[in-house]
Amino acid sequence: MEERRITVTVNGQDQTVDIEPRLLLAHLLREGLALTGTHIGCDTTNCGACTVLVDGRPVKSCTMLAVQADGHEVTTVEGLGTSSELNPIQEGFKEEHGLQCGFCTSGMMLSAAALLKENPNPSEEDVRWALSGNLCRCTGYQNIVKSVLWAAEKMRASV
Amino acid sequence: MYPSRFHYEAPRSLDDALDLKAAHGDDAKVLAGGQSLVPLLKLRFASPELLVDINNIPALDYHVVDADGTLRVGALCRHADLERSTLLGKHPTMAAAAPMIADPIVRNRGTLVGSWCHADPQGDWASVMLALGAVLVVDGPGGRRQIPASQVVTGPFQNSLRPDEIAIEARIPGASGTAAGSYLKLERRVGDFATVGVAVAVDSSGGTVSRAGIALTGVGPANIEATAAAQALVGKRLDAGTIEQAAALAAEAAQPKTDHRGSAEYKRHIVHTFVTRGLGGNGAVHAAA
Repeated sequence: MEERRITVTVNGQDQTVDIEPRLLLAHLLREGLALTGTHIGCDTTNCGACTVLVDGRPVKSCTMLAVQADGHEVTTVEGLGTSSELNPIQEGFKEEHGLQCGFCTSGMMLSAAALLKENPNPSEEDVRWALSGNLCRCTGYQNIVKSVLWAAEKMRASV
Repeated sequence: MYPSRFHYEAPRSLDDALDLKAAHGDDAKVLAGGQSLVPLLKLRFASPELLVDINNIPALDYHVVDADGTLRVGALCRHADLERSTLLGKHPTMAAAAPMIADPIVRNRGTLVGSWCHADPQGDWASVMLALGAVLVVDGPGGRRQIPASQVVTGPFQNSLRPDEIAIEARIPGASGTAAGSYLKLERRVGDFATVGVAVAVDSSGGTVSRAGIALTGVGPANIEATAAAQALVGKRLDAGTIEQAAALAAEAAQPKTDHRGSAEYKRHIVHTFVTRGLGGNGAVHAAA
């Protein structure tokens, strides 16, 4: 079996692993590095549940080979905040009831994080556009949008 | 889902990538954005022996507008790069199409050149390239050559590249005169394939059309270039009469099939509506400054 040694910076920490080239990034994160906050939903590039940030940009980790992350920075939901110190986006989802089953939530929050970095003062329409690659089957999106706008306001207030 | 096993190379230069492709031919697939290829690998519709990942070749990551107005899009230029580009002021059809591709996350990885070569009959870019009269630049042991848009896609998921060639650039000519154009897409939800997509590109001088291109997505076994519809505009002024004539000819050129996205009759109607709107029939045209 052909293996490759790669080094990926995951949530700020360098991780050196030997992997098969066919391993998907989602599987490296979940099974190789035990970061199970990244969910695999549709596994067909539709739902966005597996979204992580690669060099700051949202990417569907079920549709990228882990070997392609060699030398790059990956941020998963575990890198957003901790349970004692939530990221404002996580806080927003709590305050505005932005989740029900929670399956899509990590992907939603990472897409939101990339949006707020690029545009700290988004309109509701901007938020809906930025999240349009992430599917939620529970909430009807209304509270997710409110959660992101809540976070944007809090982040602007703290600057 | 796991792809079947493959060998993987990520060369640092185009020459090295070309050597690999020349040595392995059809047994090697080129990986750019991967937003179509990786799903195919996972479903095992494709099981190449070798993947040649071109993502470590920075020389392919660009889009530029030359002095003569030609827009050149490198093989690593992502849809999102075009969506955020400030260089598309005189390429209104391109500017309209980029945000319509797939969904925002896929646009961060996927590439125009890769999508075009993938030749999905439902693909959006191939229609845009047809309407704009673009060419695909490919490189290989026989040297560089340019393939006109009308000859790039040869069938569903089939293109006219030779097994030892790699597509490196899409080249979109600048307008003669004033450029106007749009890409309109009806989709059931973001990220779905187009129920109907219509690309329109019109160059005009002094109000008279000097060049026109119209192409259709999702209403045939491949992207359809509505040549007669476009030709009906050349030498004319865009008014209600000429727009209606072009819309009717484009609707005639469509070969829609009834499926879960809508009836054939409905899709033909949408082609007519989108050509009308695209040509400014109700103000949806994106005119270049």
